[in-house]
Amino acid sequence: MRALSLLFCLCVAAGPAIAAGDANVSPALTVSDAWARATVEGQTGSGVFMHLMSRQDAQLLGASSPAAQRVEIHEMRVVNGMMSMQRIEHLDLPAGKTVALEHDFHIMLIGLKQPLQVGRSISLTLHWLDATGARHSTNVVAPIRALNSAVKSSSAGKRD
Amino acid sequence: MIDASARRRTIAVVLALGAIVLATLVLTSRWALPWLGGEGPSRFHGRDVTSENWAADFSLSDASGQVHTLRDFRGKVVLLSFGYTHCPDVCPTTLAKFAEVRRILGVHAQRVQALFVTVDPARDSAQILRAYVPNFDPSFIGLRGTPEQTDAAVRSFHASYQIVDRHGEIAVDHTASTYVIDDRGNTRIVTPYDQSAHALAEDVLVLLQSR
Repeated sequence: MRALSLLFCLCVAAGPAIAAGDANVSPALTVSDAWARATVEGQTGSGVFMHLMSRQDAQLLGASSPAAQRVEIHEMRVVNGMMSMQRIEHLDLPAGKTVALEHDFHIMLIGLKQPLQVGRSISLTLHWLDATGARHSTNVVAPIRALNSAVKSSSAGKRD
Repeated sequence: MIDASARRRTIAVVLALGAIVLATLVLTSRWALPWLGGEGPSRFHGRDVTSENWAADFSLSDASGQVHTLRDFRGKVVLLSFGYTHCPDVCPTTLAKFAEVRRILGVHAQRVQALFVTVDPARDSAQILRAYVPNFDPSFIGLRGTPEQTDAAVRSFHASYQIVDRHGEIAVDHTASTYVIDDRGNTRIVTPYDQSAHALAEDVLVLLQSR
């Protein structure tokens, strides 16, 4: 009985902590495997890669970061051997589906304020709409990985 | 004195050896002589452009200012890609793949040279290339030229690029394929961006072992 009441107290105490964590770990949008590619002196842009999973249908509208003047969502295509990148206005996040921002999509940092150094990290805020049209922000901390890091192979990745 | 059965045995052994030699010749030349096996599968994973006789070449400077042409890399199989350092994904992924090809090839990697030709020479200074390219492998060489030299290099590989200014953000759409040049300077294979390092390494090995 004492154990049970102790458990109850712990749960009550933990409740507000979970709520307070909202800004970082939104209950509706899960961000995983986020990382940014390191840059060398003189490079003014780089890519950020991650996996997103929304519990309900949602739309990623954009992102912002104190590390760069501008942040955009880019779609990358290779058509007839030609690579092109296009800024997109939004990215659909279908309910329950993991959307990879790697290979086909990435977050582009434009106008870096300083080179991205391996071992450090950058913070960025994702702006997104839920199914009701309400706007949300989710903070992400992306560790900076070496310039030669490969994005994980995925369905869009490698073939033999 | 040699009796008839011994002579027959000798003839049988000679015939058997002859058959083995013939079979070996046929099997090893199967790729080189397509008429033996009909159309036959391509000997490469990538697109074989040997018969197109491109005569592709360039005159571009490395990070120290030294001018190179393909002639400088005779005796090595060259992996060449076009790109730019502000490219967030495709270009570093390709260069990381070249490094992986070298690892797969082991000792054979000594006879492989990777070249990264920037299609954004306005931003990719020699200093940036010097800092950027060796991150993938110290042996890799970054090359840049004037816009005219860059155009000529890209055209000679039947590639293309286009500098796109989107509200002040410069992106360069460009051919993401890898060009594989044999040890005599002939462009032999065009490998698509999404082909694996293993497939590329196998193609390089075919070129290294064929003479």
